[in-house]
Amino acid sequence: MSTTGTNAYTPTSRTARLSAGAADYLDERIGAARLVKGFARKVFPDHWSFMLGEVALYSFVILLISGTFLTLFYVPSMTLVEYEGSYAPMYGVTMSEAYASSLNLSFDIRGGLLMRQVHHWSALIFVAAIVVHMLRVFFTGAFRKPREFNWVLGVILAVLALAEGFTGYSLPDDLLSGNGLRIIEGVILAIPVVGTYIVFFLFGGEFPGESIIPRLYILHVFVLPGLILAVIALHLALVVAHKHTQYPGPGRTNDNVVGFPLLPVYAAKAGGFFFIVFGVIILISGLVSINAIWNYGPYDPSPISAGTQPDWYIGFVDGLLRLMPGQPEFTIAGFTLSLNVFLPSLVVPGLMVVALLAYPFLEQWVTGDKREHHLLDRPRNAPVRTGIGVMAIVSYCVMWAAAGNDLMAIAFGLSINDLTWLLRFAFFVLPPVAFVVTKRICLSLQRKDRELALHGHETGRVVRTADGEYFEVHEPLSETERWVLVQHEAYRPLAIPPKKHEDGRKVPAHERLRANLSNFFFEDRVEPVTPRELEAARHHGDHEAIEQPEGREAERRELGSSV
Amino acid sequence: MRTLAARRRHPAATALLLLMALLVTGAAYTALAPDRADATAAPTVEGATGDVDRGQELFLANCATCHGLQAQGGTAGPSLIGVGAAAVDFQVATGRMPLAQQAPQAPQKPRVFSDQDVADLAAYVASFAPGPAIPEPGQVEVLDDPEDIAAGGELFRINCAMCHNVVGAGGALTQGKYAPSLEGVEGRHIYEAMQTGPQSMPVFNDDNITPEEKQQIISYLDNVQSTPSPGGWSLGSIGPVTEGLFVWVGAMVLLIGCAVWLGAKSS
Repeated sequence: MSTTGTNAYTPTSRTARLSAGAADYLDERIGAARLVKGFARKVFPDHWSFMLGEVALYSFVILLISGTFLTLFYVPSMTLVEYEGSYAPMYGVTMSEAYASSLNLSFDIRGGLLMRQVHHWSALIFVAAIVVHMLRVFFTGAFRKPREFNWVLGVILAVLALAEGFTGYSLPDDLLSGNGLRIIEGVILAIPVVGTYIVFFLFGGEFPGESIIPRLYILHVFVLPGLILAVIALHLALVVAHKHTQYPGPGRTNDNVVGFPLLPVYAAKAGGFFFIVFGVIILISGLVSINAIWNYGPYDPSPISAGTQPDWYIGFVDGLLRLMPGQPEFTIAGFTLSLNVFLPSLVVPGLMVVALLAYPFLEQWVTGDKREHHLLDRPRNAPVRTGIGVMAIVSYCVMWAAAGNDLMAIAFGLSINDLTWLLRFAFFVLPPVAFVVTKRICLSLQRKDRELALHGHETGRVVRTADGEYFEVHEPLSETERWVLVQHEAYRPLAIPPKKHEDGRKVPAHERLRANLSNFFFEDRVEPVTPRELEAARHHGDHEAIEQPEGREAERRELGSSV
Repeated sequence: MRTLAARRRHPAATALLLLMALLVTGAAYTALAPDRADATAAPTVEGATGDVDRGQELFLANCATCHGLQAQGGTAGPSLIGVGAAAVDFQVATGRMPLAQQAPQAPQKPRVFSDQDVADLAAYVASFAPGPAIPEPGQVEVLDDPEDIAAGGELFRINCAMCHNVVGAGGALTQGKYAPSLEGVEGRHIYEAMQTGPQSMPVFNDDNITPEEKQQIISYLDNVQSTPSPGGWSLGSIGPVTEGLFVWVGAMVLLIGCAVWLGAKSS
């Protein structure tokens, strides 16, 4: 770069010369030019929903910064001390060093309470942002080939985030976190055969013991954040490698990315967004109290308080435990099998994670679609997938609501028993209802799109012809508007094969299952508008139904290239 | 003795002997039997001294429908014999009694009786049988020594928090019953509730929680309620549920709003 080529850039001002010199220095040593060229010109599409994952990333950065501050003062020890800090209602109370140091962080260290609140609020926001980001990816079909593994990495990140959150929740060693650990102990004990052993290994003896806080601490500040950082790095590397998906629109194809370059546009935007997230978290942490540990007092296995709940992201497990009837507990040959705890707290959440991990592969198997997809789906154009997604949200919300059944009972003057029964029924009834309603809404929206693409906007202008016929004038859509409505494709259900081939060979069960699932997914569908239909609608401008000709696929592509 | 022995077959002897036995038994009973309830030390409520006769009038007009003309109880209300002045003061002065309707639990509501009425009713009910008295003002005075407050906090967490939540925000019980919020409840009423165990609450008698300990609990509640929340808006001090709600409807809505705003700026 320091050669004197004919078109070499010659800096004129002193500052320019200095920065050129510095850039040259870096380039000769670490090949900065190649990196900058590769990354600075990297294009990202622009949409607000692509910034949800960024909220998660930024709140994680804030977690690392505020967490580092907390480690400077927190003492991960269960040694008992007498509290001598400045919070009067705890004066002289015997407590663990962990709790005493958490109280000191809140009352005797400058800025400590703000930092604690920043850390806790960003933890709640971190998991919430992961969930919202995951929903965006799911509903737009961004998990399709080639991004299945990145979806899997995302699910792993979500699970790690829950674990990181829970270990952090347990560290203050107050009454609330101790009771949370007590429930975890119960959950682990419910694992058949090995449960009791695991509890003894984990707690170093009987609950609560003296080892659990230091053990959770090392998980919380070293192992889990390390894993999360590593998986985030992979997650982002794959985003760079795959390039970002984009919403369908004019000029956006499966083979390009339409957007702005990283430098200067995205660097500025993402940087700015970081400070917005930071600002919002600081604002909330400065104004709103979170986890008032001084209210709870030190952990002691005998008391428990009303309103003992986990942070929101573990709420669904607590809710499942509250929903589960107590009957399925059996004693077999002197050993207790607590299915009433094991099923809701481990089996159901486990199945939920497996379902999340498997969905991209399942959908791919059903559609048989092995093509790469870089254009996102509009959720209405995949009615069954959208229905499944809403169904999952609804069942999650039922479990979640069950975790707050006591507070809801008080707030609305209900009986907690009736409310629990109501939620038990809702757990089974609401999700299928949500699925059907969502699917129907999607299909209706597709029909509306079809109508709009073929006939244009209603103008409200009614015209009478010379013959006395009345009709409403429709305004045709612009090419840009229409493209979004007609670009997608609809899968066709597979024909369900007979049980046996004609020559008597049996049709494998998985093939029939696949065909049945394919029918479940695609039996009800609204066909996208074909170019011929469009043409017919444009020329005649009437409402007559148009037969669907053969070869619509090829025509659609033609239409795509012409826009 | 001879004269007595000579008349032992007198027709009146049996009757006289029986009379003497009865007199001795009666005298012994009077000497040994427990005292009757001391209705003369009439309870005072906020300085108002109770009047048994007026209390009876109020009782017959307002309470007897459910509790019976003799306060003996019935299907609609429990017997009030032996509940003491403390129970009357708690139930009536917090507006729980008279009951507006049959419900899982009598809610606290604006009271209908004056201090004088409450004192009269308490005096009347206390005259049936001995029961817990209304505490003296000195017994419910708030202590400000940090050690007392800390001890009260420990007692509260061990004995009360499982229903009333850690700082007395209240909590749900079964079948529509609940432990009410202790926010702004007078020390006298907290003391009486512990002594008499109203509704679903257990009785914490003086052997279980001593009068000094009761005073410490009252002092702890006063301290946590009168100290402003150190961390900002407390969200009701009911734990992680309202925090989770706030994260979704406050923080996430704000952040997604910011993302939409930034996204809209570009195109």
